[in-house]
Amino acid sequence: MPEAHDRPPEKFTLKLRRYDPESGEAPYWEEHTVELAPHRSVLEAVLQAKDRFDGSIAIRCSCRQAICGSCGVRVNGEPALACHTHLDAAKAGARDGVIEIEPMGNMPVLKDLIVDMDAVHWKKIQRVTPWLLAKQPVPEREYIVSKESMVDVTQTMACIQCGACVSDCLAMEVDPGFIGPAALAKAYRFVGDPRDAEQFERLNDLAQDPQGLFDCTHCFKCVQACPKDVNPMGQIMRLRRIATSDHQIVDQNNGERHEAAFTRLIRDNGILWEAELLPRSYGGASWFGKFAPAAGKELLSSLPVAFYGLMRRKMTLAGILKPHKIPRQDLKAVQSIYERVESRPERYELNLYIAGEDE
Amino acid sequence: MKVAYWPGCVSRGFTPELHGSMAKVAPLLDIELVELDRACCTGAGVIAEHNQELADTLNARTFALAQQVDGAELMMNICSTCQGAQSECQERLDASAEYRAHVNSTLAGEGLSYERGLLTNKNFLWLLVEEIGLERLRSLVKRPLTNLKVGPFYGCYIVRPRERLGIDSEHPRDHYLDHVIDALGGTVIEYAGMRKCCGFPIITMNKEASLKQAGRHLGDAVDAAADCLVTPCPLCHLNLDLQQPLAEGIVGRELRMPVLHLPQLVGLALGLEPGELGLGRHVVRPTSVIDWSASVVAAAA
Repeated sequence: MPEAHDRPPEKFTLKLRRYDPESGEAPYWEEHTVELAPHRSVLEAVLQAKDRFDGSIAIRCSCRQAICGSCGVRVNGEPALACHTHLDAAKAGARDGVIEIEPMGNMPVLKDLIVDMDAVHWKKIQRVTPWLLAKQPVPEREYIVSKESMVDVTQTMACIQCGACVSDCLAMEVDPGFIGPAALAKAYRFVGDPRDAEQFERLNDLAQDPQGLFDCTHCFKCVQACPKDVNPMGQIMRLRRIATSDHQIVDQNNGERHEAAFTRLIRDNGILWEAELLPRSYGGASWFGKFAPAAGKELLSSLPVAFYGLMRRKMTLAGILKPHKIPRQDLKAVQSIYERVESRPERYELNLYIAGEDE
Repeated sequence: MKVAYWPGCVSRGFTPELHGSMAKVAPLLDIELVELDRACCTGAGVIAEHNQELADTLNARTFALAQQVDGAELMMNICSTCQGAQSECQERLDASAEYRAHVNSTLAGEGLSYERGLLTNKNFLWLLVEEIGLERLRSLVKRPLTNLKVGPFYGCYIVRPRERLGIDSEHPRDHYLDHVIDALGGTVIEYAGMRKCCGFPIITMNKEASLKQAGRHLGDAVDAAADCLVTPCPLCHLNLDLQQPLAEGIVGRELRMPVLHLPQLVGLALGLEPGELGLGRHVVRPTSVIDWSASVVAAAA
């Protein structure tokens, strides 16, 4: 088998989603067959179709080398940079060998493969105050910071603002007001920067927003979508960690309470006690949490669920009133792990993006 | 085959029918389950959100316990969320000898240590396809699920991120549910939400958005004419089944979509009765919604 770069041109069939909102017509699919070497990109294929068959095909592009972030599209249903997706790989992942190319999701389509980044993506980026709010007094020359602290934020700085993560965010799909993965990753860029003066204010603002820090559903879509390994969901988890552990921010969305209740229930029992987790997530992590008014209100609204659960013997009264626990000796071992790890002066975090693999 | 078996928390809590049906199905597949009853919760991503090292150490302890199970070929779980959380911790532990030594020093008091390369941790779905094999599974079917239209619900933790979970063209793990349904004689129903989030992780933070997710996927499955869904994740089951009456209210339509746990679907095809598999314990009772005598039981006759 010759090397990819030496292989002769082949035929590739593209199925493009076409749409012009100004025409008043519904979107439709259109097929074109292009001829290119298999290592060439999906972007080149679209441009060849535009050049040879239909000059009205619209796609945004610029650098053609995965730096500018302009050509985000969906290839076979998955978000990707068109210039960073080889035709042979796209064909291998295609249904019936036809490469499907659509505009990104969660943003309005302006024309064909071009979406309105201003209306969604850039608005959300603006929302997180994406610039440094410098510590005072500003030094006469440069700030002196440790190398490690700047390496820590390089992962979020790798973002090229292509919108692939926004396109596929499942929380945004049902709650379009969610700040979203790209903007929250950008927020970490400044929260993690030792020169920034407003770490607490930034985190408190994001945590108290009902569509903010705690609205992420943990679906890993953004992690998978990102062509630059920014790991937006990982950054969201780091923001939460700093907000709850370093600043003790208690938000109005139950984010901190849920985390605290969960962590404490495992420390106390070894395994989860679901019947307690729900009320404590509303009322507070301690045993008394379930008696708080917010917990009572939630329990009332969950009565139909509890009723069905009990009727079907999914839940038993004993299970609701008494936790199942791991054996005493093991619970002690788990608790001593908690004690040892939580008493460290600093949290130990291993970020593989920065540390890499040593084996 | 003998496996170190991690059932998770929810399968022993609010979805007892999952743990129960797995115990019934295992002998039919020649799986010997050695339960890791000394292990603690994986943290489901929430403990890692609180403190990454804490989650990694708790899971390293579980892995170390699994490595002590004599003659176990691998570790098996029946919860996608456990799989996802454990894979994430294992990825970090395996990447750095220094970090592993650091974590192991916390476990040393108990005489435990996690060794890299000795432990493969597989969800029951992966084990079914990769260890038992679809051909063998097909040969064990006593009551093919003929005429049963099953929508796979994968959820998130078992399909993303692909690299961490070992998904590639040789191991298309994100298609295994389809393959299993097919091997059991059922018809696979594709629908928009099959690899999307059930909404469970934000049920206490944004209940409306959470139930909207569940309701939307269930509605998609109804529109695609599925008889039922099947899922490898008990947390997805909570949002899709237990919360379904509330989800119906949020999306404003009747859904009545039964959701089966994976071992239940396998058990039905292997000849177990719906009652034995705890199918009557669901909020949307598959026993009353699906005419089993017409779909599964009659097909065997």
